[in-house]
Amino acid sequence: MDKQSDPRASGAPDPRASGATPLVELKDIRIAFGGVQAVDGVSLDLYPGEVVGLLGHNGAGKSTLIKILSGAYKADSGEIWINGEKASIHSPRDARRYNIETIYQTLALADNLDAASNLFLGREIVTRMGFVDDAKQEAETRKIMARLNPNFRKLSEPVSALSGGQRQSVAIARAVYFNARILIMDEPTAALGVHETAMVADLIKELKAQGLGIFLISHDTREMMELCDRVSVMKNGQLVGTERVEDVTEDDILSMIIMGKNPKRDAA
Amino acid sequence: MSDTDTVPNAAPSGQRPADKAPARSFLNQLELDLRLLGMVGAFIIVCVVFNVLTDGRFLTPRNIFNLSIQTVSVAIMATGMVFIIVTRHIDLSVGALLATASAVMAMMQTRWLPDMMGLPLGHAALPWLSILAGLITGAVIGAFQGWLVGYLTIPAFIVTLGGLLIWRNVGWYITSGQTIGPLDETFQAFGGINGTLGAQWSWIAGLLAAVVAVLALWSARRNKIGHGFRVKPIWAEAVVMAIIVGAILGFVAILNAYEIPSRVLARDFAARGAEMPEGFTASYGIPYSVLLLIAVAVVMTVIARKTRLGRYIFATGGNPDAAELSGINTRLLTVKVFAIMGTLVAISAVVASARLTNHSNDIGTLDELRVIAAAVIGGTALSGGIGTIYGAILGALIMQSLQSGMAMVGVDAPLQNMVVGTVLVAAVLIDIIYRRRVGGK
Repeated sequence: MDKQSDPRASGAPDPRASGATPLVELKDIRIAFGGVQAVDGVSLDLYPGEVVGLLGHNGAGKSTLIKILSGAYKADSGEIWINGEKASIHSPRDARRYNIETIYQTLALADNLDAASNLFLGREIVTRMGFVDDAKQEAETRKIMARLNPNFRKLSEPVSALSGGQRQSVAIARAVYFNARILIMDEPTAALGVHETAMVADLIKELKAQGLGIFLISHDTREMMELCDRVSVMKNGQLVGTERVEDVTEDDILSMIIMGKNPKRDAA
Repeated sequence: MSDTDTVPNAAPSGQRPADKAPARSFLNQLELDLRLLGMVGAFIIVCVVFNVLTDGRFLTPRNIFNLSIQTVSVAIMATGMVFIIVTRHIDLSVGALLATASAVMAMMQTRWLPDMMGLPLGHAALPWLSILAGLITGAVIGAFQGWLVGYLTIPAFIVTLGGLLIWRNVGWYITSGQTIGPLDETFQAFGGINGTLGAQWSWIAGLLAAVVAVLALWSARRNKIGHGFRVKPIWAEAVVMAIIVGAILGFVAILNAYEIPSRVLARDFAARGAEMPEGFTASYGIPYSVLLLIAVAVVMTVIARKTRLGRYIFATGGNPDAAELSGINTRLLTVKVFAIMGTLVAISAVVASARLTNHSNDIGTLDELRVIAAAVIGGTALSGGIGTIYGAILGALIMQSLQSGMAMVGVDAPLQNMVVGTVLVAAVLIDIIYRRRVGGK
């Protein structure tokens, strides 16, 4: 259980120490739905090449917070800063302009369309005549899939015919293809088997090495301790705290989730 | 209708037809759509059975000609209903909206333009201005209903159920309940028998269509090869091309075989002050209304398959949340889809009223049910995301064949509708079973 002595190969220096600009800064974000304060004054930041985990019970406000960043919801108040500049994000389209890509819990794929159509959904490649260039899209999909998931072959079938892992690689390919700088992953492994989960974990490490900033939401504390650099815990819409994973144990995280406070920090 | 039992050789392809089976069957190599084959098979069975029951009267050039012009109005609307149902909506107002559009067009050409604008009856601009007014009426009303559904989030069922009551009676109100006619002669040319290409132009149109179809297939193949994708063997491509060319030219040949009765010809010659030569014959050829349907089918298919709009329509039907999160404006999309439907209803209104040569209050009554049934028989899934334009047209054709076939055989009217209703339900059942077999949802 003791994570302090974790000899992980993440020997990268702490990006925050170098005084670099954060990729994302969420400042005092608030949103209410019909009187319920779903997110209540939460501030978070994310640096390039960093994975920040978001933990908390169902309904703690993790997904809501992240949907504000991805443009699905609009915050009542608060600011979003991207690369040190104030950003205005009112729709998923806006978020994409800031190179923010989201992989949703529900995968957000149109089951009746094939992989290529899903990958390019909303950003189709068109010919000079303005028609969707299916052949070009399929060729591009082949290229990216060869890199992400070499076993992927069912290119012309509806994605409903694919396994959970294959569907997930379509969703991830979408983020990677369009050069995401900021990646939001909402329970990316929830629907996957053991092998596929490992595949996604490898991919997260690779993307991180390429300098992407990743927000990762998960219920699996152990997985989070392994993949994340920092974890932020939310409870009842508020931020309980953000900790470097080296500084806490899994038990500490659990008590933050359950009791809403960090026992060690209180003791100190 | 995807009656796989009617397709010989389809069974060996088993559960997953598209899987990389080492020995690909003959039909697999052709890469034809099983669903399409099933529907064509069902249609052929219907035709053959009625042909036997009517002692060969069903498959005469004359009856095929009539069948095609009777199908046009419902088929045009069914292509629009595909988009509506694919996006998980429904439109119950199409029959009523057809009456309103028809009333506007009839009033334009017989009252409003002559009385208010001073255009004399028979003026060359009358039919075109009327059609323009009808198209705008259909598009605007459709867009308005789409706005109620998309932006005000009233269920489409309710909006168009209201529309069913409203537009039927708006049509009544505009015409004060009178039958308006006779309609302009040029306008009537869109109805079917009063406007056809004649033999020579029909052949030219048929050959042109055949050339375009072959070129389209060829360029699609070249494009695939250019990207290094696997293509079907050249002989399979040739077989598909031959089938398509054969179908187009065969259809033209049949329509051209329907000759204009000599008394009608004699009347025409007499009207021009000429004497009809001995033994003179002429054919009707392709009706303009059928050309209109073909044009609509081509445009709608291109929209569905090749444009972003079409892609978004199917994506939204498959997963509305995913579409929205992908940055698609699904509300505006709903408005567009209903506006397309309204425009197509207006086009159908031209055909329907031109065929009757006048506008009457009950025009298009129950068309909403025929249109929805045609789309559903054609394989459009009410759960959304699935449907084809050609399927809807085939569905309309199958329904019309059943209806007029039974009328020719002399089946009682109540029994006719009972059969059509049963076929509708059975078609959906077969489709569900088929989808389960091929491993869809």
